[in-house]
Amino acid sequence: MSHESTYVPNSGFERWLDKRLPLIRFGDDFMGFPTPKNLNYWYTFGGILTLCLMIQIITGVILAMHYTAHEDYAFWSVEHIMRDVNFGHIIRYAHSNGASMFFIAVYMHMFRGLYYGSYKEPREVIWILGVVIFLLMMGTAFMGYVLPWGQMSFWGATVITSLFGAIPVVGESIKTLLWGGYSVDNPTLNRFYALHYLLPFLIAGVVVLHIWALHVPGNTNPTGVEIKNVKKDTVPFHPYYTVKDGFAVVLFLMLFAAFLFFMPNSLGHPDNYIEANPLVTPAHIVPEWYFLPFYAMLRAITFDVFFITSKLGGVLVMFGSIIILFVLPWLDRSKVRSMRYRPWAKMWFFIFVVNAIFLGWLGGKPAEQPYILLAQIGTLYYFAYFLVILPVLSIVETPKPLPKSISEDVLAKKKARMKKPAAELSGGIAQPAE
Amino acid sequence: MKKFLKTLTAVTLPLMMIGGTAHAAGGETKPLKHPHFAFEGVTGSYDQDALQRGFQVYREVCAACHSLNYVAFRHLGDPGGPYYMDECPVGVPEGVDCSNPNNNPVIKALAAEYMVEDGPDDAGDMFMRPGLPSDYFPSPFANPQQAMAANGGSMPPDMSLIAKARHHGPQYVYSLLLGYEEPPATITVPAGTHYNVYYPGDTTSLLKDEYLDEEGQPLDSVEVPYGGAFKMAAPLRDGMISYADGSDETVEQYSYDVASFLMWAAEPKMEQRKQMGMVVFIYLFILALIVYFSYKQLWKNVKDTD
Repeated sequence: MSHESTYVPNSGFERWLDKRLPLIRFGDDFMGFPTPKNLNYWYTFGGILTLCLMIQIITGVILAMHYTAHEDYAFWSVEHIMRDVNFGHIIRYAHSNGASMFFIAVYMHMFRGLYYGSYKEPREVIWILGVVIFLLMMGTAFMGYVLPWGQMSFWGATVITSLFGAIPVVGESIKTLLWGGYSVDNPTLNRFYALHYLLPFLIAGVVVLHIWALHVPGNTNPTGVEIKNVKKDTVPFHPYYTVKDGFAVVLFLMLFAAFLFFMPNSLGHPDNYIEANPLVTPAHIVPEWYFLPFYAMLRAITFDVFFITSKLGGVLVMFGSIIILFVLPWLDRSKVRSMRYRPWAKMWFFIFVVNAIFLGWLGGKPAEQPYILLAQIGTLYYFAYFLVILPVLSIVETPKPLPKSISEDVLAKKKARMKKPAAELSGGIAQPAE
Repeated sequence: MKKFLKTLTAVTLPLMMIGGTAHAAGGETKPLKHPHFAFEGVTGSYDQDALQRGFQVYREVCAACHSLNYVAFRHLGDPGGPYYMDECPVGVPEGVDCSNPNNNPVIKALAAEYMVEDGPDDAGDMFMRPGLPSDYFPSPFANPQQAMAANGGSMPPDMSLIAKARHHGPQYVYSLLLGYEEPPATITVPAGTHYNVYYPGDTTSLLKDEYLDEEGQPLDSVEVPYGGAFKMAAPLRDGMISYADGSDETVEQYSYDVASFLMWAAEPKMEQRKQMGMVVFIYLFILALIVYFSYKQLWKNVKDTD
């Protein structure tokens, strides 16, 4: 929804600047962007994610001032931050828990996109850029987890980087390149640190493109109906959505603060408080919680298919589970965006969400029966949802009638609300006995 | 070949271990004891007396084998630490700020009881001098090899982070110290090790032959006992440490105190963190109200008009 500029320079300086560098006009247009007036709280995660990225970059830059990327000093320098740097313990816990918060928000944001069909024409590029951001986030988080050089850092890095060895022909070379040698060692730590510092700025760059791409067709909304009349269907982003997103941000910060201040180690693994030791393997190597569904899919492939070994198969399935998101706009051909009006798709979507959480649970379990079989079923459903269910539903499903416009839907909702008896509206407030 | 083997172990070992951890009933420990620690909960803080007693236990018993590498003497005098003091005791000259650990007389005296290596001096020689508050706790062994040689081949872990490096750390430390029981008749405890019901080792491999089937699996009729064979002998006995404050001189009390001290050693800033958390929550709560009512006010008429 590119819109005409409504900015009028008021002062002499603004008029002077507007002719030379229309920065204020840009900001004004950006913040005044017409936004559907029926967005619900599921749409607030974009703003929350922007904040998450800022928190990670700011805390990360401060940590970098005190951290030493060397196998002999990395663990020690983290303890130095925890014990001696002013507020170092808060900054480090904010960074480590901030990563978890970032992933909570990004998963919510992605489920929102899947449910309301945000990936559909004409928003394919926004979606694809989003998947790129997600991939970069995963890379950044993985490398960041290696930096404290604890046991889980070291062994997690060993297990995951070794996977690249399964790629035919170039696998060994990629592995050597990642390691900077023949095993996870000091050069690995050095390059992971450099990349961990670099990638967030790439993320920020792609976020700019993501928002730019958003500002061409404009937001989707829960009805999935495009804006018909800017005046009736939209409100300017600022102040209407800055305040609504702002409220969601404060609630999200409360969740963040609960972890950061009162249970900062609950999402981490105790083994990462033991310094890395290449000679001692931890009993249980598990990635951080946000990678568990993908880890479950990796381990679900325990059989060879023709020339594809189970190891390569697992790697292909794990990466495939994200690559498939890139082509999602062309797999789901249904013209109806919002699953609010797609009774069948809606049901399969909720099973997909439950399945994703289930896979996450399986990822934390040992690689033995019955978990392997369950993970295989979960993996099958994950791929079937994209490759079979959505394409088939786009042909066979009869959607419910769509509202004519956003404002019509909003008014209908309001009418329905007014019709209900007052007692029901007030939700359980004491009523006089009959 | 060596490289191949290394890579192979690096990849398969973890996966095998993951498979191995949940083997049948073996490998389980008895559910941990859960005493109430003063530092638990949202408002919990360290009990300074318990920290002082716990430090005494560490110093008189644990420190013989276990290092405390990440803790300096001065840390003991930081806010929340065992020897922090707001005001100087009698006898310290006026104008000295004892809340600074470098001026804290207890910390200074304590550090001076240790000899630490310093140097090189002007002649290029290393020399020993009494410790200063800024020094770190000296390690009981010169290097890991010496530590292993002195302890039957296994390295006594550093204690600085042990309370965070184990699941339910403080409960684990407490339980482990109280977990030395007579081994059940079904297992043979190897020489140089000690049966402990809370130690995470698999007792399946300790079962006597008559309780195993032909494939070496435990018979169905046998219950695989809790715990495992632990290299560390029971370190505490009732009455072995004399407390100056009249607290019970029992293994339970010693274990409780040292578990508290080790939690502090692992997380010395916990009190400051929780206090800050309280202020942050009050701030966020007020902010949430303001933003929520602004939102309601601003949007009051949006949904009504068409």
